Amino acid sequence: MALIELQDITKYYTMGDQIVRALDGITTTINRNEYIAFIGSSGSGKSTMLNILGCLDKPTNGEYHLNGKNVEVLDQNELSEIRNLEIGFIFQSFNLLPRATALGNVMQPLIYRNIGFRKRKEMAMQSLTRVGLADRTDHLPNQLSGGQRQRVAIARALVTHPSILLADEPTGNLDSKTTIEIMQLFDELHAEGHTLIVVTHEDEIAQHCNRVVEMKDGKIFNDSHTHSAKVTY
Amino acid sequence: MLFSLIESFRSALASIYAHGFRSFLTTLGIVIGVASVIAVISVTQGMSSFIGDTFATLGSNSLTIASYTPFEDQMKGIRARLTPEDLELIERRIEGVASITPVLYATRSSQIKYGSQTSFSQIMGTTYAYQDVSQSFMSAGRFLARSDNMTRRRVAVIGDKVRENLNLPDNPVNEFVEIGGEWFKIVGLLEPKGDIMGFSQDDRVLVPYATMRSLQGNQARTDIQIQLSLSENTDVEDVTRQLITLLRNAHDLGSEDDDDFIVQTAEQLMETFDTIINMVTVVIGGIVSISLLVGGIGIMNIMLVSVTERTREIGICKAIGAKRHHILMQFLIEALLLSLLGGLIGLAIGYGLGTLISNSIPGFPSASIPLWSVGLALGFSGFVGMLFGILPAAKAANLDPIDALRYE
Repeated sequence: MALIELQDITKYYTMGDQIVRALDGITTTINRNEYIAFIGSSGSGKSTMLNILGCLDKPTNGEYHLNGKNVEVLDQNELSEIRNLEIGFIFQSFNLLPRATALGNVMQPLIYRNIGFRKRKEMAMQSLTRVGLADRTDHLPNQLSGGQRQRVAIARALVTHPSILLADEPTGNLDSKTTIEIMQLFDELHAEGHTLIVVTHEDEIAQHCNRVVEMKDGKIFNDSHTHSAKVTY
Repeated sequence: MLFSLIESFRSALASIYAHGFRSFLTTLGIVIGVASVIAVISVTQGMSSFIGDTFATLGSNSLTIASYTPFEDQMKGIRARLTPEDLELIERRIEGVASITPVLYATRSSQIKYGSQTSFSQIMGTTYAYQDVSQSFMSAGRFLARSDNMTRRRVAVIGDKVRENLNLPDNPVNEFVEIGGEWFKIVGLLEPKGDIMGFSQDDRVLVPYATMRSLQGNQARTDIQIQLSLSENTDVEDVTRQLITLLRNAHDLGSEDDDDFIVQTAEQLMETFDTIINMVTVVIGGIVSISLLVGGIGIMNIMLVSVTERTREIGICKAIGAKRHHILMQFLIEALLLSLLGGLIGLAIGYGLGTLISNSIPGFPSASIPLWSVGLALGFSGFVGMLFGILPAAKAANLDPIDALRYE
């Protein structure tokens, strides 16, 4: 069974007296261990797509099944729980808690699962070790470089063992060298069996993925399986 | 739930600490409010426990009967009286009375002179039995004797304050003083008893009851007080009931009429004082606690600012799985801790203030803080924190994760 099933998803916003069709009838499925990129120019609806996929927002119409659960009928608290259990977010601007250390940031999602401190710390350490930051756990976000911050964010996304990793322009605030490092990490995570969904407007990032969905005016414009996941630099 | 609660406390403390100075200013309203409430309570309660101690020395098995005229009747010129006949009646009819004595207060000038010194004191006509009833002891000379009364001798027993005021020698026995134009020989000096509510109990002159009566002109309108002490194993309530029935009969009061006298025990007197003091405590405390409300509004204000500042953080927390109640708890606990912190600081300052006040006024009883007032202060400040924390916390909890994440 597919991990994600979208059935005729629409999302309309009203801006003044105009109705904006951010998503206009999206139907697609995403399978486990896919490495998929949503690309498109700004206004194409890919951010809205990300919000819907990430259960941050509910579609105006349509059906969304995530891991067998019907998501669009849930209320805000239930959506929070789904996000906590199923989704690991990786944002363009990292979105770390500024007053918490790297370790504290990675432990944060586990608090909402009501896991005790020792267990939280153990899981967070594992996750930070996975992204290569075992020696930076006590640093605050502003004491870390951009790449390190994004690694902390990835560790935070991984720590809950989510069904999907959802990345929103993950390298948008990073230089090219760090971008390569982060994308390598993404490739590794994919190889380890994670399902990655990346929303981006950069073709180089999309080239890492084995499926690229191009969006335009709230519709899927092109959906291609590339199988060119291994890119050599 | 437990771990997220612990985490809320930890993060609230971290946040209060991170904005140290701002947190201090925020709690200042609560600090001032609680400090003033505690200062007021500690001073008045100190006074109350002191009064309690003082009345305990008066003896709990003594009764005072005095005439009582309601204000309305006073306006009509009616005056209730207790007469020497009432005294005789009680002596004959009530059982369990150990000592009984009339007390007649001077109605005219209470001026008392010695040499060139003049003083105004409470002058009371009474009998030898007063010593027993009032638990008075002599520091020099003797008390009024039975024979003093029978022969209407012009003798007086004085309190220590009177001796001081008149510059009498340390042992004033056998000195003569002028009271109301008549010469009295001092036969005794009472042991000092101290003050009750700032009224000296040693500023009194006792003369024989019969002497006092003879000095007061209009004897038909004599209104005396009757003080009596009960023998052991006599029930105060029981005697009080008997007295009321007896006096009502003697005064021809119908069943519709109110008593035209009051029977008071030392305990009742103490209760009256206690009631007054408690009322003062509540009233002043109530006024001062308004500042607690102001303090609470201050907390709400800063919490609202804090929610706005941390909108993005709230968005992050929601994105990674925080539910409404997680966010609500976090901010509510922060408001609660802020105001409890203020309450604790206020408690310390208030106690210090109360001690300072009672120590800087000579003769003022020392401050005491009853446990209930500590509970009240902390409970109230905690309540204020919760009350005024709810709105900001609810605002935070209801933020939309997308909007919050996009907030700059």
